[in-house]
Amino acid sequence: MNSTIARLIVNRLGIGVLTLFIVSIVVFTITSLLPGDAAQEMLGQSATPETLAALRAEFGLDQPVYIRYIDWLGGLLSGDPGTSLVNGMPIMELIGGRLPASLKLAAAATLVSVPVALFIGIFSAMYRGSAFDRYSNMFAVFSVSVPEFLIATIAVLIFAVNLGWLSALSHISEDASFSEMVRAYAMPVLTLCCVLVAQMARMTRAAVIDQLSSPYVEMAMLKGASSIRIVLLHALPNAIGPIANAVALSLSYLLGGVIIVESIFNYPGIATLMLNSVTTRDMPLVQACAMLFCFGYLILVLFADICEIVSNPRLRK
Amino acid sequence: MENLVDVKGLKVAVRPKKGVEIPIVKSVDFSLKKGEVLALIGESGSGKTTIALSLMGYARQGCHIVGGSIRVGEHDILSMSSGKLLKVRGRTISYIAQSAAAAFNPARTIMDQVIESALIHKTSSRHQAEKKAVKLFHELALPDPEHIGERYPHQVSGGQLQRLMAAMALITDPDLVILDEPTTALDVTTQIEVLNAFKKVVRERNTTAIYVSHDLAVVAQMADRIIVLKDGEVQENSTTQEILIAPKHEYTASLLKAMRHDRPSRDWNTEKRLGEKKDTPLLEVKHLEVEFVKGIPVLHDIDLKIERGQTIGVIGESGSGKTTFARSIVGLNSRSKGDIFLDGEPLSDTLDGRTKEQLRRIQYVFQNADTALNPKLTIGAILARPLAFYHGMKGQQVEERVAELLSLVQLPVSISDRRPTELSGGQKQRINLARALAAEPDVILCDEVTSALDTVVGAAILELMSDLRKTLNLSYLFISHDIRTVQSICDEVVVLYSGAKVEQAAGASFSLAGGERLPRHPYTDLLINSVPEMRQGWLETAHQSCSSLPIIDATPADESLCRFLSRCSKRINGTCNQTEPSKLSMANGQHILCHLEYADISGANENVVNHASAKPALESYQ
Repeated sequence: MNSTIARLIVNRLGIGVLTLFIVSIVVFTITSLLPGDAAQEMLGQSATPETLAALRAEFGLDQPVYIRYIDWLGGLLSGDPGTSLVNGMPIMELIGGRLPASLKLAAAATLVSVPVALFIGIFSAMYRGSAFDRYSNMFAVFSVSVPEFLIATIAVLIFAVNLGWLSALSHISEDASFSEMVRAYAMPVLTLCCVLVAQMARMTRAAVIDQLSSPYVEMAMLKGASSIRIVLLHALPNAIGPIANAVALSLSYLLGGVIIVESIFNYPGIATLMLNSVTTRDMPLVQACAMLFCFGYLILVLFADICEIVSNPRLRK
Repeated sequence: MENLVDVKGLKVAVRPKKGVEIPIVKSVDFSLKKGEVLALIGESGSGKTTIALSLMGYARQGCHIVGGSIRVGEHDILSMSSGKLLKVRGRTISYIAQSAAAAFNPARTIMDQVIESALIHKTSSRHQAEKKAVKLFHELALPDPEHIGERYPHQVSGGQLQRLMAAMALITDPDLVILDEPTTALDVTTQIEVLNAFKKVVRERNTTAIYVSHDLAVVAQMADRIIVLKDGEVQENSTTQEILIAPKHEYTASLLKAMRHDRPSRDWNTEKRLGEKKDTPLLEVKHLEVEFVKGIPVLHDIDLKIERGQTIGVIGESGSGKTTFARSIVGLNSRSKGDIFLDGEPLSDTLDGRTKEQLRRIQYVFQNADTALNPKLTIGAILARPLAFYHGMKGQQVEERVAELLSLVQLPVSISDRRPTELSGGQKQRINLARALAAEPDVILCDEVTSALDTVVGAAILELMSDLRKTLNLSYLFISHDIRTVQSICDEVVVLYSGAKVEQAAGASFSLAGGERLPRHPYTDLLINSVPEMRQGWLETAHQSCSSLPIIDATPADESLCRFLSRCSKRINGTCNQTEPSKLSMANGQHILCHLEYADISGANENVVNHASAKPALESYQ
């Protein structure tokens, strides 16, 4: 570590904070523009203007937008995103109840998909044009183009209904054993991996092929290096930057984008929470979820950036 | 002595997915004794690199070794499996690539890469290999040999990388070393040092080597025998001495002639000017300074005048600011100080600030036609664009003018339907030139226009440019790193060193062939002395005259001091490291930026007309 790297990382962090700030404005503005509000939603069509106004005053909905924004942002910064307008529970508690489950699913999907994707990407780059390369390419195109609800439904049909190996619902108790966890996660993770692996493997393949055509790889071949050595010691160190970025972009999907998987397997994750809050016009919850997804995304991108900076000797020394 | 290498009937072909095989090496035979250095020489496409690589059982993408036999020591290369070949590559035969900058992995330390083949082939332990590498670094005269291996490739210079690559090739004590144009990408002043280092290790270790090059003068310094190749066939195979003195084959003689040719048949300089000399020069640059980072000028107080019909050359090594200079004239780089005048009218700093007419009158021909021409467009469309932009031409008019332009650069009209990728390098450079001519400019800035071309093709382009200058009364600013090209076609030559104009003199005075030499700036002297001469033994004498620098005290960091100080063999302690150098103007129109008395440079004093002392700052010598 040295001053250049420190400066670059501080720079990225600064940009991240700025992005979050801009996103907060956008999220708040857009949610304020949505038609209808929680008061209307709760009281229904028959509510009198008086009761509506009273409820709005209670929720603070009668304040000017910028004041509500400042209150809300202040709350976020002090770790209190407010209370749900629908059931009056603190949002921290609502999210806190769902986030660990979402993170567990994301972690499981990451642990499976990243090594598989890297393996497929690197090997199809090494043996470009081989049968392995062609089949993995076919798999990638197939799994990206088939909608995930179809993959999930077929998986349920085969493994839960026909074979009866797994439960169709992924609900696990606190004290589940390892094998119970594996059984519960198998199908959601499989479905998510189909999408993730394809994207990451394709990007990894492209990044490694790019390096394999460089003159220093030819030089390594002429030094008598084996193809494994060439890929691991020569091509990969230079491909880390682009690979890390591809991985980060794919994984960012695991926070907010897993709504279909969560609903099919009835998995209590945060994407379902957000969807529900949109239907009930529970704006504070929508806003908090949006900010959380954005935060997660920025963390991933920051991580990829740091990988890229640290793997580049021009920046390291 | 027994032959180390025997090549018989070697054939290599390109095998496209569809269609017929295209042979690129046609039945080549040669052999090589132990301890001998053999050169493969030829122009691009002659198959020299392909032959060298096939000795390692390797063919580049798309190429296939289709016949013949290659024996290196006890190995029959072409019958070996790919697994066995891995054991030969880097161990029995090692390779030094043309561009060390590209052949070193940017993400790994130099030491890791230098000793890699020793570790792969398990010829020694890591510790022993590192010790041996340091020893080789010493032998190759690398700076800081104990620690240079800890650095990354981007932290050392191109010339050093090339020598480090030699260490990499020699680490396993291979039976045969292949050097593939190892000095082509280097500046002449660096080339001489690298050649010398190579020659020393090759002689001391009695290495058997194959040296691939297009440059006979370089090869003459290194090789015992030379094979001349053309279109994948051996034209001549003789000792270096025989080739240089009494070439048997016609092609060898023509190569020798092209390279010995100091001045083209048509003499650019003595031609009578067509335009009348006016008082205001066509283009005038005054005190130009360019900064990319504030406070660090990359160009330093540069003055230049170009008259109508005149050709001015700019030479200097890579990084000296040649291209930046041309780019700031044309408006692609903004300047931090100074003025540029076109016909007496000041030119704006930026492209946006210039009128269309001003843009039209100064055109730029880029170094690399491959990247300058849009590969998706036809030649016709490429040429039509400036016609529409500058002259508002349409339809039939454009077609007629495109045909005219093509005939101007001596290409058939039918070429206008083709795309740049379908043309040869020389043809593309002609289109590049035609694109500039389409604007009907007064001055064309040519940035290394012949550097990427073979000698013969490049000479044809120069010939064409000379004709155009006469018929169209053009002026050129001709940028090159090659002193031979510049001196042959330029009325005046400017020598840039590290962003400063160290000398300006008549082009003819830079002639390398004999004659009386003018007194020079020490850098110009070094530049001229570093151009390889086509005789054996040149390297030894030239290197002696370039080495050993006078010792001076520590130099303060001061932008105004002479930039050549650290490399100057004529520096004076107490003067050069203390005060700013002064601009000398000679009676013959020569300008030199130096501290030395003219007498010290030349041994004669009578030509000095104006030599003001270093400080206060002098008036411009323009």
